[in-house]
Amino acid sequence: MLKVEAIKEGTVIDHIRAGKGTRILKLLGADEKHEGSVALLSNVKSKKLGKKDIVKLEGFFPSDEKLNLIALISPEATVNIIKDSKVVEKKNVETPGELGIGHCPNPSCITNNEEMHRHFKKEGRMYRCVYCERVFLPEELV
Amino acid sequence: MDIISVRDIDKKIFNEIFETAGEMERQLKSGRVEKLDGVVATLFFEPSTRTKLSFQSATVRLGLRYIDFISELSSVKKGESFADTIRMVDGYCDIIVMRHKYEGAARYAAEIAKASIINGGDGGNQHPTQTMLDLYTMLKEKGAIKGLNVRMMGDLKHARTMHSLIYALAMFGANISITAPHGLEMPEEGIKEIEKKFNIKINIEEEPDFSSDDVLYVTRIQQERFADPLEAKRIMEKFRITKDALKNAKKDMIIMHPLPRVNEIDVAIDKTPHAKYFEQAKNGIPVRMALIKYILEGEHA
Repeated sequence: MLKVEAIKEGTVIDHIRAGKGTRILKLLGADEKHEGSVALLSNVKSKKLGKKDIVKLEGFFPSDEKLNLIALISPEATVNIIKDSKVVEKKNVETPGELGIGHCPNPSCITNNEEMHRHFKKEGRMYRCVYCERVFLPEELV
Repeated sequence: MDIISVRDIDKKIFNEIFETAGEMERQLKSGRVEKLDGVVATLFFEPSTRTKLSFQSATVRLGLRYIDFISELSSVKKGESFADTIRMVDGYCDIIVMRHKYEGAARYAAEIAKASIINGGDGGNQHPTQTMLDLYTMLKEKGAIKGLNVRMMGDLKHARTMHSLIYALAMFGANISITAPHGLEMPEEGIKEIEKKFNIKINIEEEPDFSSDDVLYVTRIQQERFADPLEAKRIMEKFRITKDALKNAKKDMIIMHPLPRVNEIDVAIDKTPHAKYFEQAKNGIPVRMALIKYILEGEHA
């Protein structure tokens, strides 16, 4: 396995479904906008998932709301908050009951044709757009 | 109070509106309609004949005034945003009846406006007042909706009237059968949602058997939905309601249609006791009067 230096301060997101790491970086706003170091390990062997991605973000602490968006793409992901080179908090991501961000995949939805906010509500495994009332899989919204 | 989607309307509200619609019919017959005060704006960004005219007629019959808007001649043409148009009209009226091509436009308008919003159709999503008059027609003709065998037939994929209606029929406990040409079926997730929510089984039939139907609700199949015009012709012929197609139907089965009809129901049917589609359109007046009254008079206003 490739070795990547441990981070002193920041966030490590583990157990990301293989191939979804780049989307997660983008979702967290940790792509080109983030100035600290970012490590993305893809297709790492995993007992739990077979293959997984890992993301390490130096000096970056996304809000819980943002972290929970990860669950839309990769519900098994785990988050480790690192301070002074130690894991100070471990948490699982949870799919939110309501979403105020994301993108409705329906091109005829008003949210894709006006400058306005988004709103989705969870129904079982799916999310319903409050506006066009159509239901979508979580990963379709991000 | 806003009327956006059948998902927001419970049986109690439907029943109150049906009761008031009955009273409106009696008042219309007697020539003495109790007058109300207020202004209704009809804001149709998309073409409409029945919905717009019947709302305007209902408004006038209640002694209210309406103000109208022609999208092509308005500030929308100058690039005004939808939200700004709603904010502006909101200051001129008590109720906005609107139709828009984008799904969710009425819900968004309701968030912006203080005036009550009535959704007169938002893209392929909802048309709740059509559902109200559909159910009212069934109640009037058949006495009850619970246990009624209702077949919905035609383009069940694109027709917003059908999406609103099937939900409300399930809520009222009708036995629902659906028949649609291949490619124009009702979206599967919609069927599953309704079956789960109301604990019912929707009967899907490729070849319709009208023999046990109490209500046959037909909707238009548009030729432009098919890539091959020959296929379109074949399907439209197959789904056409003729006297011959109805030979096994119950004598008191009623046929409904949201109109406009093109050729999916043979004009020869119009003279039979089955035909209730023009009655249905006429019921739009008392039902929409009742809805306006409900909104203006209720504590929910």
